[in-house]
Amino acid sequence: MSTSDDPFDADRALVRSGCACGRHRSTAEHEHAARTLRCEPVADLSEQKRYKGIVASAVMRAVFPQDVARRAFLKSVGAATALAALSEFFPLKRATEAFADAGPPEKKDLKVGFIPITCATPIIMAAPLGFYAKQGLNVEVVKTAGWAVIRDKTINKEYDAAHMLAPMPIAISLGLGANAIPFTVPAIENINGQGITLAIKHKDKRDPKDWKGMKFAIPFDYSMHNYLLRYYLAEHGLDPDTDVQLRSVPPPEMVANLRADNIDGFLAPDNICQRAIYDGVGFLHILSKEIWDGHPCCSFAASREFITTAPNSFAALTRAIVDATGFAAKAENRKQIAEAIAPANYINAPVTVLEQVLTGTYADGLGGVKTDPKRVDFDPFPWQSFAVWMLTQMKRWGQIKGDVDYKAVAEQVYLATDTKKVMAEMGLTPPTSSYKSFSVMGKSFDPAKPEDYLASFKIRKSS
Amino acid sequence: MTLSLRLRAAIVSLALLAAFLGAWHLATRSSGTTAAMSPEYARLMGLTATQGKSALPGPLDVGAKLWEHLKRPFYDNGPNDKGLGIQLAYSIGRVGLGYLIAVIVAIPLGFMIGMSPLISKALDPFIQLLKPISPLAWMPLALYTIKDSSISAIFVIFICSVWPMLLNTAFGVAGVRKEWINVARTLEVGTVRRAFTVILPAAAPTILTGMRISIGIAWLVIVAAEMLVGGTGIGYFVWNEWNNLSITNVIIAILLIGLVGMLLDQVLARFTRMVTFPE
Repeated sequence: MSTSDDPFDADRALVRSGCACGRHRSTAEHEHAARTLRCEPVADLSEQKRYKGIVASAVMRAVFPQDVARRAFLKSVGAATALAALSEFFPLKRATEAFADAGPPEKKDLKVGFIPITCATPIIMAAPLGFYAKQGLNVEVVKTAGWAVIRDKTINKEYDAAHMLAPMPIAISLGLGANAIPFTVPAIENINGQGITLAIKHKDKRDPKDWKGMKFAIPFDYSMHNYLLRYYLAEHGLDPDTDVQLRSVPPPEMVANLRADNIDGFLAPDNICQRAIYDGVGFLHILSKEIWDGHPCCSFAASREFITTAPNSFAALTRAIVDATGFAAKAENRKQIAEAIAPANYINAPVTVLEQVLTGTYADGLGGVKTDPKRVDFDPFPWQSFAVWMLTQMKRWGQIKGDVDYKAVAEQVYLATDTKKVMAEMGLTPPTSSYKSFSVMGKSFDPAKPEDYLASFKIRKSS
Repeated sequence: MTLSLRLRAAIVSLALLAAFLGAWHLATRSSGTTAAMSPEYARLMGLTATQGKSALPGPLDVGAKLWEHLKRPFYDNGPNDKGLGIQLAYSIGRVGLGYLIAVIVAIPLGFMIGMSPLISKALDPFIQLLKPISPLAWMPLALYTIKDSSISAIFVIFICSVWPMLLNTAFGVAGVRKEWINVARTLEVGTVRRAFTVILPAAAPTILTGMRISIGIAWLVIVAAEMLVGGTGIGYFVWNEWNNLSITNVIIAILLIGLVGMLLDQVLARFTRMVTFPE
């Protein structure tokens, strides 16, 4: 790890060694890691720190052409003094900033795919409200017919980046249900924002224990919807694989199937839950927020290849999304957003429905009006512990077999360090850690001990 | 008083249409009965829930919406919202291109199969195997291998419209009366000239029948393909409105799809009549 190494450390040589990504001591080790994970490791240092390293190394090399002299100098005065002394006559900070601000985006005209649900709010609204334009990008947001299609079109590079379900980039990187291609999540699109909707005829069956034999719909196998519904059922003693039937169904068909009495309920992204209520066919059993308050739902995803080929475009895009997500997080902007994203060009849904979802004052389908401003919320930070939790559930339900290096996968896919840098650049205060523990239905999750967490579940797929 | 058959048929058609629209209107009108709900709650609900409006739109709703669409068929509100005229143009363009490639491949190949019993027998198992495959079954494979959704859609049009044309061409060519070929042979007409002056005109009606079947299939397929890949086209329009649960717009799209399909069929029917000859 030469470029990002501390040039003020006397015990290290200022030469390039190690592997391409900088995370391993040798190329062999790097390749071994890549093989076992089937995806590329990522440098775990923030860009800023790396740039600082590169600039400082260059300066030190110029000041001390001979490494022996540099080491002797550092040994005698100490690293801190050396840094201060050097900064006196060389503006290290300015140089670092100039280096980090690496210029205009390589590619200005970008295509970003989205699925027409309120989870895509930041991606969509960034177009009509000018967040992309602010970063010097000309982004076309393209409505896409389904999760598998959005995956394929992003892999095919028809899209530069896309709206995906939070677990999807992990699944793609691991080669679950697709070719293994390194994908990343620089930002979470939304938190909360789902719900369990049941058919009106079940309005008296509010205890999940009565749900044996029911048919439920979820939008996609690799989705928080799937994991949260399974979790919720299992916590109530139902085995989601044997006691109920779970079907992958596209959201509009969920409402139609509910009307046709073909399914009993679904755990779906919002505006679909509210749409079922608006059309008078269902009621909201609970919000997903009541299962896990602050859970991630959808993500903003890009392939690692896009990041390496167009790093400036990627950074600008991430800035636009983080900026838009921050704007969407403010309650006072929600009405304006609902109007901006309702037209046929974007979500194509009645404004009333979107407003109820976004403002959190909604009809519950049973004759009551409820208020929960955090029904859907926006927080872009891609906590790596989210990814670890998803991996535990993938393993719990048999989507992943064998051992998983939770931490390594989480850190490769969820780019918390890059997001921290972007957030800091924008004057926001990113969290210092990339892991946090949280509790799901009262059960606390420690990201450091995923295997223990997994072992604590009574209901899980045997095998 | 004897009216011409044509006039009488028209009267019966109109009567059927009126009966159908009447029944539709009666079946879908508001029931008027609504559950008691607070005005605050009712404000958040849709018409189906508040006014007992049928979930299926009536003919008047569809008519009004259709008029709205027809007033501005070519508007363009960005990548995901274009007028019906533009959407139809995209679909017709895709069908035209895929179909054209199919014609270019199927007719020469059909000629070869029809003229050579050996090739006919050799290719038969492949054609028989490929012919019954549903066009949509090709879609995921096409997306995966071609890696471009619009080319994939065109490929699917091609692959499903090629077989009827191929088989009909082969059948037509093989079925040209032996006497005519023998006459050409005694007059020492070369193979190429024989193909163009004797076989082609004789087989043309059968070939065009195959082409007519193919365009019908191609138009059937494009809607499904566009629903799957999204982006543009009438199939995407249906998907987008289905996504919004706007059954009114879905019905309008169905009507237009039928209309365009009929027009395409009529064009080829006219060509078929042009090349048909009395024996």
